[in-house]
Amino acid sequence: MEIRPPGVDMSVDAVRTCACRVRTAAHTFSILLAFTCLSATLPTPRYPSPIELALSPDGARLYVVCQGTDELVAFDLRTRAILRRIPVGREPKSVALSRDARRIYVANSWSDTVSEIDAASLEVVRKLPAGMEPTSAIPDREGRYLYVANRIGGDISVVDLASGVETKRLDAAPGASYLALSPDGSRVYGTHLYPNPGQFRAPPESEITVIDAARQVVAERYRLHNVAGVFHVALSADGRLGMAAQLRPKNLVPLAHVEHGWVFGNSISLFGEDVGEVVQIPIDELDRYFTPPFDIAIAPDKSAAYVSTSGSDSVTVIDLRRLLEFVRSKSPEEKRAMANDLSASANYVAARIPVGSAPKGLALAPDGKRLYVANRTGDTVSIVDTAARRVSGTLSLGAPAALTPERRGERLFYSARFGFQGHFGCANCHLEATQDNLSWDLEPDGFGKDIVDNRLLEWVDGTEPFKWNGGNPNLETECGPRTETFFYRSQSYDQEQLADLVRFLKSIPLRPNRFRAANGELTPAQERGQAIFERTRKKDGTPIPQFNQCPVCHSGPHYTNKELVDVGSGKPTDRSPLVDVPQLTNIALSAPYLHDGSAHTLEEIWTVFNPRDTHGVTNDLQKDELNDLIEYLKTL
Amino acid sequence: MKKTLALIFAAALAASGAGPEMPRFRWENFSTANGLPDDHVFNVAVDGNRVWAATENGLGLYENGKWKIYRPEDGLVHRAVLYVAPDKRTGDVWIATMGGLSRLSGGRFDNYTQLNSGLPNDVVYGVAVEGENVWVATAAGGGRLNTRTRQWALFNERNTPMYEIWTYGVSATPSKVYYAVWGGGVLEYDVKTERWKDYNDPDGETEMVLYKDQGLIHEITTSVSYAEKDRILWVATYFGASRYDGRNWKNFMDKDSGLPSNFLNQVKALDGNRAWFSTDKGLAYCDGENWAVYRPALDTHKPEMLVRDAAGKVSSVETETAPAHNYVLGMDFQGDDIWVATAKGLSHGIRLK
Repeated sequence: MEIRPPGVDMSVDAVRTCACRVRTAAHTFSILLAFTCLSATLPTPRYPSPIELALSPDGARLYVVCQGTDELVAFDLRTRAILRRIPVGREPKSVALSRDARRIYVANSWSDTVSEIDAASLEVVRKLPAGMEPTSAIPDREGRYLYVANRIGGDISVVDLASGVETKRLDAAPGASYLALSPDGSRVYGTHLYPNPGQFRAPPESEITVIDAARQVVAERYRLHNVAGVFHVALSADGRLGMAAQLRPKNLVPLAHVEHGWVFGNSISLFGEDVGEVVQIPIDELDRYFTPPFDIAIAPDKSAAYVSTSGSDSVTVIDLRRLLEFVRSKSPEEKRAMANDLSASANYVAARIPVGSAPKGLALAPDGKRLYVANRTGDTVSIVDTAARRVSGTLSLGAPAALTPERRGERLFYSARFGFQGHFGCANCHLEATQDNLSWDLEPDGFGKDIVDNRLLEWVDGTEPFKWNGGNPNLETECGPRTETFFYRSQSYDQEQLADLVRFLKSIPLRPNRFRAANGELTPAQERGQAIFERTRKKDGTPIPQFNQCPVCHSGPHYTNKELVDVGSGKPTDRSPLVDVPQLTNIALSAPYLHDGSAHTLEEIWTVFNPRDTHGVTNDLQKDELNDLIEYLKTL
Repeated sequence: MKKTLALIFAAALAASGAGPEMPRFRWENFSTANGLPDDHVFNVAVDGNRVWAATENGLGLYENGKWKIYRPEDGLVHRAVLYVAPDKRTGDVWIATMGGLSRLSGGRFDNYTQLNSGLPNDVVYGVAVEGENVWVATAAGGGRLNTRTRQWALFNERNTPMYEIWTYGVSATPSKVYYAVWGGGVLEYDVKTERWKDYNDPDGETEMVLYKDQGLIHEITTSVSYAEKDRILWVATYFGASRYDGRNWKNFMDKDSGLPSNFLNQVKALDGNRAWFSTDKGLAYCDGENWAVYRPALDTHKPEMLVRDAAGKVSSVETETAPAHNYVLGMDFQGDDIWVATAKGLSHGIRLK
């Protein structure tokens, strides 16, 4: 186990990423890349970035997952002292306790493992297997199986806790991320960061995946209409009410105006016996937004639910008795329309409690009197007195005193305070500083004009120009005047803030590539695909014009020559057929594809949208050869 | 006294015409009149108390005495369903159709086509689940989807001994995967060694059987079933059936076995000796020595059960019911019961004790 002191980043991640690039990228760029690596190895402050919390059943201990320092911090709540910092895997994202509280499970999203920790010794006792990017791990009631939601895999691993072996992997949905066990242990509920694949320019659809814990099979899926970006899910103690925090993006209409919820609806999906069919309720108000809703804690007596809204630096308190009364008074038709009725929240939102910066995970004391809130970019845990509905104390995680420009920029990135009426921030579309798997109608140029797919926001430094039409030469332009004018519709960042934001954006690293072997070697299929990617002649020996050879446009460390090209994917609704050559790094993660997201899969780029070989020469390939090409692309 | 009783019993048996004791059934038949999606039933699969019917116009699920129908408007990739393979580990159901492959999981369909995925071809004749792999038989070769990595591997004439890529059926066990290649014999994949091997008719593609037990009976194969415990391979062809023990072939034709026809659509082995056969002239069963045939009589269409003993003597067993039609395309088992897909409905054979 690698142990690093808190607050200092030896940049192992950066070195590994760069080393991988050196192995994979075109050789001509290796020297340039080495310099980049060298500069990245300088120590930089590391901020704890608490993201998730768990309480011991007696309420005496608080476990805090620190994503930024790769550790689980155990607090003694009687003394408010840190008992221990437990090093775990890379980018930990969740914490859950066994029913007897003797074991703690932490999902390590970049290590693809789950750390099993002995609660008595506070030592990691086992490293359990998981799928691609485990984001949540919860044990079943009997402690026989561990369920792990894998974000990249879009699936849920079932791990036998006796043997430590993953027995099966259940298909969930894209971006599988958060899990909750029903109080009786019979069901596991899973939510997903990204929408299910659907028709081009159709409203997004998401789901809550319901697993039968007795048989470890998917029993049903609750459909969430017009929803993308579902975060935590929680169940009431009596098991009759489920609540999932979610975004309702309005990505099909131009961002002509941002008031009245026309960009995002911040809402909760209710399900279970208390409400019958799934009902979506807004938590926004007519002229104020609370976004994005992330975690939910339900009071043991079901009197209240607490929802962290990380861009609004607050916790929303919902009066559940009033909410259930309100929902039950509505007709089925009224229930379906409720999610867009911003006046509805006045009937059940009891309070908004200001907390720290970017509140994420919540934990409620067993008696319901104290709520703990992980402030991700504040590097603290707020203690909320639930009766007084105010912060009564703060736990410090020992962050570096000074904020770097990158950290200041990160706070800006996650904040929604710059959007008109606090409607949304960068992280609403770039979920957790990545992507949302949606295409948007951003410009106020008419309905359905210039649709753009949301690209991956990782390792973007050096991929300028920005926007699909290459209209913005640098990130300062991309995030400054453009954002202020077309997105936020209010005065946004000053020059210093903009500089900080850009520094943060440039610091977002590339996630480990899950499709390439750890030693960098390619499988036979990937090797065959590489040969196709690099070929200069068609199978019949005819030379392929240079402009139509893959590595000519997709060149350099990011696999983009940063030029505008016409690959024949333009639509009549596009103002120009020219598109910015996109980077290909971690391309497997960012479906849909093409500039407007019209290709659902990598395959469709060529099977559907390349009939005249204008986007590389692919029509002479057999099906298995195209498969090989795609297997290679996934490794980039 | 004992001797007298034995004689009386033997006389009674002779009078009834009874031969060897073969499974007897009471048949209940389903058609569109009582809920089936379509009367042309290509195959049937049983998963516990759920019965899946692959029909020409939709997928039918029979559960708790009721039919539920899935069609493209419900998310199914194509209406013509050719085969169904439940994955007992995950509870998902894989559906082979004339227009791609569907997975039904928790009520949601995920569709794989040759355009949106690595599926080799949209005409998917067969599908089988082997651990975390889903194998498909298509009109353009075989394919394997690793559900963990989501990677497709395609199998065709360039990377296997397959000289004909029209794969018509696939059967998977933990140790072996077999393809019935229509016009190309049988292809075997060893899961452990990841090696391929082919079995072909020594007579070539001729329709004559010159060397009867010297190899696979014919190149036009439709179905393969591997009795893993006994390591016996059963093959159905349009020209008879074959049984292979790893060393010797034993072939069956209508003229020298109890098969009612040489035209076989499917074979399903119970073990190394016992197997069921779907033919164009009825459902057939072999217990290793004796044969039974279940069908509406070819001439009168009245229910008929014929038994052929080891000596070749054929007798009729009285029965009041029969499968819906003599053209049988597939079958599956539910405990002692059997479900049979026919050209004119689905039949449930309820075992009589």
